Amino acid sequence: MVEKQFTITDEAGIHARPASALVGSLSKFKSDITLEHKGKKVNLKSILGVMSLGVASGSTVTVAANGEDEEEALAQVSQVMASEGLSN
Amino acid sequence: MKKTLSGIAASNGIAIAKAFRLENPELNVEKSTVTDAAQEVARFEAALNQSTSELEAIKERTAKQISDKEAAIFGAHLLVLSDPELVGPIKEKIETEQTNAEYALQETANMFIQMFEAMDNDYMKERAADIRDVTKRVLSHLLGVTIQSPSMISEEVIIIAEDLTPSDTVQLDPSFVKAFITDIGGRTSHSAILARTLEIPAVVGAKEVMASIENGTLVIVDGLDGHIILDPDSETVAEYEEKKAQYDRQKAEWAKLKNEPTVTTDGHAVELGANIGTPKDTAGVLENGGEAIGLYRTEFLYMGRDQFPTEDEQYEAYSSVLKAMEGKPTVVRTLDIGGDKELSYLQLPKELNPFLGLRAIRLCLEMPDMFRTQLRALLRASVHGNLKIMFPMIATLDEFRQAKALVEDEKAKLQTEGIDVSDSIEIGIMVEIPSTAVMADTFAKEVDFFSIGTNDLIQYTMAADRMNENVSYLYQPFNPAILRLVKMVIDASHREGKWTGMCGEMAGDEIAIPILLGLGLDEFSMSASSILKARSQIGKLSKAEMATHIDRILAMDTSAEVADYVKANM
Repeated sequence: MVEKQFTITDEAGIHARPASALVGSLSKFKSDITLEHKGKKVNLKSILGVMSLGVASGSTVTVAANGEDEEEALAQVSQVMASEGLSN
Repeated sequence: MKKTLSGIAASNGIAIAKAFRLENPELNVEKSTVTDAAQEVARFEAALNQSTSELEAIKERTAKQISDKEAAIFGAHLLVLSDPELVGPIKEKIETEQTNAEYALQETANMFIQMFEAMDNDYMKERAADIRDVTKRVLSHLLGVTIQSPSMISEEVIIIAEDLTPSDTVQLDPSFVKAFITDIGGRTSHSAILARTLEIPAVVGAKEVMASIENGTLVIVDGLDGHIILDPDSETVAEYEEKKAQYDRQKAEWAKLKNEPTVTTDGHAVELGANIGTPKDTAGVLENGGEAIGLYRTEFLYMGRDQFPTEDEQYEAYSSVLKAMEGKPTVVRTLDIGGDKELSYLQLPKELNPFLGLRAIRLCLEMPDMFRTQLRALLRASVHGNLKIMFPMIATLDEFRQAKALVEDEKAKLQTEGIDVSDSIEIGIMVEIPSTAVMADTFAKEVDFFSIGTNDLIQYTMAADRMNENVSYLYQPFNPAILRLVKMVIDASHREGKWTGMCGEMAGDEIAIPILLGLGLDEFSMSASSILKARSQIGKLSKAEMATHIDRILAMDTSAEVADYVKANM
C-alpha cells in the first residue's frame, strides 16, 4: 500500500468540479483508492463519498492506494490535485 | 379574466404565448419481493444504461449549445450514475433482501440525499438536488413513466413549473420555448443564469404560478419588469406586442455593437467600461461589449467575513479578473472602507460625520500593513493583464505621494524576492473631493489618470448627504458647478497628456453623455447592462458639435436649465 498527504488549498475546498475530475480520472485503476479526512475514510472512486466528506480549504487529507497499479494511481491523484488547483 | 402576478425578473425580454405546465409525475415506489434477483439487477442495469446515454446526450448538447462549464454539471451527474458507493449497495440490497430495484434505489439514494441535506453548507445542500435529479431519471425508466421533457415541446409555449432542474433548462429549445416562469428560485439560481445565456425571458420566484395558471392559458411574460399577465385582453396584448417589438429592435441594434469600438460620427473614439464588485461580474462586462473595467470595487472582498482577506486570496481575485479581461484596461480601486461602510472585524471609533471621516485612502494610510497586503496582491497580479491602480478619496497631493510611495516600496520588495511585477502599471486617483478637482492641474503632473466619482463629488460639492431625503433636491448632476469641476479635471489631464474617466452613475446617463463627450471625457464606466445603449447613443453624436454647446451650458444658472437644453438641442 502507498499513501500520501495533501493539504487542500482551493478556496472552496473539494467542490464538485475538481472532485468530478479527480474521481473520473481514477475509474481505470484496479487498485482500491481511499480518501481519509478527520478519521473518516471513503472510496476515492465515489463522487458521493468524496463530496460527503465536505473537505474545506486548509484541511489535510490522506490518500491511500492498494493494489497492482497503486503507484500509478497515487501519481494520478497527485497530478489531478495539482492540475485542478486542489493542492500544490 | 385578466390577472397579474409578479416575480423576480431573471432574464430580459417579453414573450406572449400559451402556457405549458411542466409537471413532475408522481413516482410512487412500493416495496415488493422479487423471485429472480439476478433478473432484477439486470433490469436496474438497463435503466442505468438508458439514463447514462440520455445524460451523455444532454451533456454533449449543452457543451455545444451553451458552454463546457455548464456541461460539467452533467459530467458530475454521470459520475453519480456510475458511483460504486451508490450502485454497489443498490445491487447488494436487491440480491440480499430480494427487493425490487425501485425500492433499493430510492432507499439508497435517500440516504445520500439526507446526508447532503444535513450538511451545514449551502453548496453541499444543493448537491442533494443533483442526486435527486439523477435518481428521478433512473426511477422513471424503472417504472416505465415518461418524464415530461422540455425537449419534446414542438409549439410555441411559455413553460410554467414549480422549479426547473439544470437538465430541464438546458433542454429548452428557444425556437419553441418563448419564456419560463417558476414558483421558486432567484436571480442567481442555475436556471435563471441559463435563461440569460439562452436569451429566453424568465420570471422566477413568482410563488403562485403553478396554482393559478392552467395549460393553454394565454400568458404575457415581461422579463424586464418581472410581470406576468394571465388572460390579457386584446388591448394589453397589443401594448405588449409593441413593447416586445421595441425591445427586440433595440436589442438587435445593440447586439451589432457588441464587438464594435465606440466612435462618434466625427471619428472620435472613447472607451466604454463597466463597474464591477466581484470577479464573477467580469463575464457580464464582456458579454455586454465592455472595452474596459473602469472601476473594480475591491471592498466586497473584505465584506461579509470575519477576518481580512489574505494576500493570496486577493491575488486570486485580482488575477482572475485581469486574465478574463485579456489585456483590456482594468482599473482596480484600492480599499474604500470606513465611515459608513463597516467591517465587523475592524473596530473603528464611531464618528459623528462618517462621510467626512476616517475612510478610504485615509484609513489605508493609517493602517499601512493592511494596505501593503492589498498592494502586494495587486502588484503580483499585474503580470496577468493591463492593471491600473486607483486610490479613492484623495484630497491632497501629499496623500497621493504617500500612497504611491507604498506601491513603489512593495514593488521593489517583490522584485528583490524575485517576483515579477508589470512595468506598465498606471497609477491614478478618484476625483470626488472638490479640493482635488480644483487642484487637478497640479495633480495631473504626477498621476497617470483621473476617474471622476460623481456621486461623491456631487455630495461634497453641494454639501448634501446623499442618503438624506430632506436634501435630495441638492443631488444635481447637471448643476453648472459640477460640470465646471468636471471640465477643470478633464482639461488639466489633457494638458499633461493624461486621461480622465468617469465611474459614477452619471457616466451612463443619457443626458450627461452628450455633455461629457463635448467636454472631452476619455473613458465612461457604468453598469455593464448600460454599455451597449451608451455605445449606440455615442455612435449617433458628433464630438465637435457637442463641444460647441459647452460654453453656453457652463454659463447656465441651474441644473434643470442644463437638462432641458440637452434634451432639446444635443
